[in-house]
Amino acid sequence: MRTTAVRERVGALLLIVPLLAFLAVFFLWPLWTMVKASVVDDTVSRVLPRTSVAIVSWDGQGSPPVQVQQALVEDLRQADDQQALGETVRRLNSAVSGFRTLLTRTANAVRDGKDASVDLASLDRRWNEPRFWLAIRDAVPPYTDRNLLAAVDLKRDANGTIVSEEPGASANRLIMFRTFLVAAIVTFACAAIGLPYAMLAAAMTGWKRNVLLLAVLVPLWTSLLVRTTAWFVLLQNEGLINGALQAVGLIESPLPLIFNRVGVVIAMTHVLLPFMVLPIYSILLSVPRNLMQAAASMGAGPLRAFWRVLLPLSLPGLLSGSLLVFMVAIGYYITPALVGGANDQMISSVIAFYATGTANWGLAGALGLILLLVTMILYFIYGRLSKSPQLVGA
Amino acid sequence: MNSAKILSIAGCISALLAGWSVQAVQARDLTVVSWGGNYQDAQRKIYFEPFSQKTGKPVLEESWDGGIGVIAAKVKAGTPNWDVVQVEAEELALGCADGFYEKIDWSKLGGKDQFLPAAVDDCGAGAIVWSTALSYDANRLKEAPTSWADFWDVNKFPGKRGLRRGPKYALEFALMADGVAPSEVYKELATPEGIDRAFKKLDQLKPHIVWWESGAQPLQLLASGEVVMTSAYNGRISGINKSEGKNFKVVWPGSVYAIDSWVILKDSPNKDQAMEFIAFASQPDNQVKLPDYIAYGLPNKEAAAKVPAEIQKDLPTAPENLAHSVALDADFWIDNIEELNKRFNAWLAQ
Repeated sequence: MRTTAVRERVGALLLIVPLLAFLAVFFLWPLWTMVKASVVDDTVSRVLPRTSVAIVSWDGQGSPPVQVQQALVEDLRQADDQQALGETVRRLNSAVSGFRTLLTRTANAVRDGKDASVDLASLDRRWNEPRFWLAIRDAVPPYTDRNLLAAVDLKRDANGTIVSEEPGASANRLIMFRTFLVAAIVTFACAAIGLPYAMLAAAMTGWKRNVLLLAVLVPLWTSLLVRTTAWFVLLQNEGLINGALQAVGLIESPLPLIFNRVGVVIAMTHVLLPFMVLPIYSILLSVPRNLMQAAASMGAGPLRAFWRVLLPLSLPGLLSGSLLVFMVAIGYYITPALVGGANDQMISSVIAFYATGTANWGLAGALGLILLLVTMILYFIYGRLSKSPQLVGA
Repeated sequence: MNSAKILSIAGCISALLAGWSVQAVQARDLTVVSWGGNYQDAQRKIYFEPFSQKTGKPVLEESWDGGIGVIAAKVKAGTPNWDVVQVEAEELALGCADGFYEKIDWSKLGGKDQFLPAAVDDCGAGAIVWSTALSYDANRLKEAPTSWADFWDVNKFPGKRGLRRGPKYALEFALMADGVAPSEVYKELATPEGIDRAFKKLDQLKPHIVWWESGAQPLQLLASGEVVMTSAYNGRISGINKSEGKNFKVVWPGSVYAIDSWVILKDSPNKDQAMEFIAFASQPDNQVKLPDYIAYGLPNKEAAAKVPAEIQKDLPTAPENLAHSVALDADFWIDNIEELNKRFNAWLAQ
């Protein structure tokens, strides 16, 4: 008995091994890589080992002692892995702008020069500035919280206490907040349009229902870019909507519909509407049709029947639709870039800048991690909320 | 969407590490990557297809939007799935310093002295000289703007303006609008006061700016009348004038020019063929065909000299166009892009 039970369990486990392997390789491993990239900071201690040892004893005042400078020259001479050196340069330049040219120039000079002693300050007078040396010293510890702090506009000052970035230097927090705000507005707009639409579709039969469903599905099969560009054509100042309104005489000058939040919300709502309509529709299909008639026969008016019967029954669909729309919306990038204004860019455009623009994967990973954390908190709240109506219903 | 992109990049790396696609990579044909749009259409006709005919092997092509992070991800994956890439000046400098590119064999290209000095690099061979300049639709504007000061003058030229989103170019143009001479722009930007000055100047125009990101957008903005003037890439302007009969004009004084280069990604499996391709695309007889399609300057001196005069006047390399323009300072931007982009985003959000 026992062995067959074990065998069955092993067999079941073997069946889901491909799934587990898939999740591990394409979900957990990349996620772990990005988390690691945001906190591991060992490039300087790896590529500049002698400097890392020597600079720790420096008190941070004035120029560091000669041994440190010589250690750096020696490290640069020994650095034969150019890609690793490049990573170090990128890390340091991200802390202090200017390191890129400074270190590249110094490394080239050190390699060309045959004699052992190189005077760094005469090579480039930026080596006289303590801030460059301080940046090296700060980069010695193998783990760092600077990326995570920078992702929410914080940093450590000279004493190591956490302080806010100067106003005007960074806006990640604001952009993050804006991302959630836009996603919330879009979710609300989708719910306001999607719920009645799904109810209408579920109430119809035959070809009418098919037409209504096709109207939702066809956009879903169309490329996101095409749909966004279509809105561009509709919304612009000389576009169809403004043209029609002006021709009818409703407005004198074109309404500002594009390159602002209005345009972003309209376009994103349209793009994401199917994710709201379909879950609600599928829930409503399972609601017996005679429930509304039963409510009416017991004296409830149409509004009351809707409020007490149909709405609570469609709530699970509404909640999962809202969750889907919200989750997809916070990652949006193309639509705000094309139809949004300066103040509508979302956090994914900042992540893209660090990931593809400057190869600063640490900061990109940290921003992604913060986004993931906030989303998980929201998901947890959703989990709590979505349980309560069933309890009430029961 | 983009965290998903990062994950997928990491996913690709993992697949490569697992050794799945090694064989597929070895069997891959030469892959050339450029900037898409009407520019790549022209390159296909004069470089990709003739080269493929000459060698008897297919040439695969892709397009990209730039970014050293893309190159870094490809190279660090071990065996890149791109071979030849056309990169901007910053990507050339960054990638060369980081060891992402193979060295160029200049003897195969006919020697370094055949090219403009600025187009010669250990890691890259210059492909075009291109310009970002003030552009407007001459059919809509009765009076022609002549400078960045006009661009900033919303009383004289009412309406919106288009600028590329990001600090690069916007800061240069703002300083010139504020009266800085083209030759002094980067000297001014090198000081914190200069950067403050540029942002302050941008403040004045902020409510009137429509920000664009990809090179095709400013053309659309101009064509639809959404903006009265915009910064744009000069080749695209001449391209759309030719293909769609527009009357867009380029204002050369105050334009910023730069050189794009061909590079070969490190450890490319088609290294030799890639070098042959770059040599083919650098031959004067092949290069000289480019300005017929799109008005970019040619880095090969012999090719540049062969361009007919009526086309020459629309190129960034024409002496009268060069006279009052600025050479993009790639060193300034590779040092400062991260910090200034952060500040630019904060400034936009204010």
